[in-house]
Amino acid sequence: MKDIGQGIEWLSVNQPMTLAAIRVLLMVLPILVIVPGLIWYERRLLSWMQDRVGPNRTGTITLKNGKKIRTFGLLQPIADGVKLFFKEDITPATVDRVLYFISPAIALFPAFAVAGTLPWGPGYGTYGHLTPVWGSEIGVLYMLAISSLGVYGVVLSGYASNNKYSLMGGLRGAAQLISYELAMAMSLASIILVSGSLKLTEVVKAQEGQLWGVVPGIQNWFIFTPFGFLSAVIFLICMVAETNRAPFDLPEAENEIIAGYHTEFSSMKFAVFFMGEYAMMFIFGGIFGVVFLGGYNMLPIQWAELAANAPGYSFLHFMRDLNYWMAPLTFLGKCAAGMTFYIWLRATLPRLRYDQLMALGWKFLLPAAVANFIVSASWIMAQKLWGWQGAVGASIGAVLIAIGLYSAIRKAMNKGTTAMEKRSVELSEGTETIPSIRAVELV
Amino acid sequence: MNDVPLLVYLGIGLFMFVTGAVGVVVRRNPVVVFMCIELMLNAVNLTFLAFARYAPSPLVADKQPTWMAGQMAVIFVMAVAAAEVAVGLGIIMAIFRLKNKVDLDELSSMRG
Amino acid sequence: MDLNQLQLPAITPNMVIIGLLGMIAVVTAIGVVAFNNPIRSMLSLVANFFTLAFIYFSMGADMMGITQIVVYTGAIMVLFLFVIMLLNLSTDSLVATKKFDIKPLLALPVGLGVFALILSQILMPFKDVVKTSAPDATATAVGWGSPQAIGRTLFTGYVWPFEVISLLLMVGIVGAILLARRRVEV
Repeated sequence: MKDIGQGIEWLSVNQPMTLAAIRVLLMVLPILVIVPGLIWYERRLLSWMQDRVGPNRTGTITLKNGKKIRTFGLLQPIADGVKLFFKEDITPATVDRVLYFISPAIALFPAFAVAGTLPWGPGYGTYGHLTPVWGSEIGVLYMLAISSLGVYGVVLSGYASNNKYSLMGGLRGAAQLISYELAMAMSLASIILVSGSLKLTEVVKAQEGQLWGVVPGIQNWFIFTPFGFLSAVIFLICMVAETNRAPFDLPEAENEIIAGYHTEFSSMKFAVFFMGEYAMMFIFGGIFGVVFLGGYNMLPIQWAELAANAPGYSFLHFMRDLNYWMAPLTFLGKCAAGMTFYIWLRATLPRLRYDQLMALGWKFLLPAAVANFIVSASWIMAQKLWGWQGAVGASIGAVLIAIGLYSAIRKAMNKGTTAMEKRSVELSEGTETIPSIRAVELV
Repeated sequence: MNDVPLLVYLGIGLFMFVTGAVGVVVRRNPVVVFMCIELMLNAVNLTFLAFARYAPSPLVADKQPTWMAGQMAVIFVMAVAAAEVAVGLGIIMAIFRLKNKVDLDELSSMRG
Repeated sequence: MDLNQLQLPAITPNMVIIGLLGMIAVVTAIGVVAFNNPIRSMLSLVANFFTLAFIYFSMGADMMGITQIVVYTGAIMVLFLFVIMLLNLSTDSLVATKKFDIKPLLALPVGLGVFALILSQILMPFKDVVKTSAPDATATAVGWGSPQAIGRTLFTGYVWPFEVISLLLMVGIVGAILLARRRVEV
């Protein structure tokens, strides 16, 4: 272990280019290896949730003496891969050949590029030289920017196929991705505000502080804080929509538009789309882990701070070191947890209608994210001005003012109405459409 | 990147600008003309940033150094470009709905 | 101008990188104008903007580079793509073919002439500028293109332009909605 650490130290001084190549490989290779496993995992977990068996035979080897070596179907994705490789690669006659050829590559690109700024280990010691690939000052923005490039893969493949259903799927995908990107960016904005940096390593470091700044020994994972929880819920919904997965899989809704944008793609081209989708899901799980779930920390407990006070080499010291050396595995585990969430959603929820999708994105998620942003900004400002007691007082005051304003507006709205209108308002109580129309007319 | 002469950046910017200007004159598809305008705007952005990076820095506007002024100009150009594209593409769509053709040489009803 | 006096800069890794990026930018810029198919033009423009972002990164203007990707390739070009697909302008079928057009023939010489003129008359005085003035990001200090520096400047010295720009964007949103809305028959 020591030798490896020293070797990396030497590389970082003498061979920075080699070290950079190693960093890239350490990020890309695990994804490439894990993606087939993810497909097996999804099929098995989905079949378990749906009370089926799923692929469990491939890879079972029967020895001469009748004993069987079982791999629980783990070799199924490899068999699928071999099948996809040797299938005939059909290119329909009327496709736009250049775009048809490059659009799977464009779809695959963001999945690997997004991983570039994710830290899968602490930023000090040996891991500091190995991760992230590009420890830039703009990590969060980079992530948003690159994931927004996923639109091109979807739209161009839909256009290149020269097929009405594909084009529909592509346009649907583009509209969906653009709508949900906004809410996603706004939900991350409040996290940036609190952590005070766009650097993902800094975001993780901000989560290693004390919970709410007061509870000792517990880490301040953003999902435990009120604004962070709301952000996390919004981000979770948006990230499912961004990867075109159920219940937001309208671009490839198979019962409406066959398979949407990848209808015309066969053989390896289809496999590349498939791989891009799964890699993107895995990476988004990792992003969620880094931004909301404390990154590479195993449990929300400040082992290092606790161990600093403890004498000798105790259990706390052991846990601190374990937390450090297990960091990559913890990160992978968080990615896998995100994947599990995706599969769970797919098994649970039916697909949304198109208008429902747009209404959810624009009318609920975006306003909620913006409100969250404003509230957390005001909270930080109040805390800086008056300390936390003053901030609590100010927020109570703000809530009271909001309630007062709301009831005053309600009263003013009902004031000018005649008895007949009042009755109709009462009749349609709960639909909310009538009062708002009244408000516009009265103004 | 310290040993790159300023002229390299300026040359790239100038080439993009000239190409965009030629495209605006030559092409007849309004969407492509619009794209050429975007190309020219970006050439100007590149030039702004290059000058901001290499210029000696007297303080400007509320004691900000010039290298910040260049980036501020780029931000404002980008914002203006975004607003312009939203409105311009809306206009192209409206013209297309009205006339059912978008050839810039044919759209001459404003000529006196 | 005597070309022999013009000494070429030494070939360093930085020069190679900027040379490659510049080459891509130039080729894709030509592609925007030269391609007949609007989708192809749009794609080369996307490639051009992406390359520009990397040129900005190479200058140390990280924030501007990423804004370039977010604003241009992520938003503006997607709008273009949308409009091209909705109008189905893909094969230039709507643009009537003319018998003879003098403009494309003149374009190349005029463009080259303007390029040579501006390069030799306006840009040549800058040929000796090699030293950068803006500070790069180091382990202790933030660079000139970092989000911290830009945010501080934008919200201190440039608050009014910033507010005006936000108003302009608002007007842009309203205008786009008004223009794109289908007229409802009353």
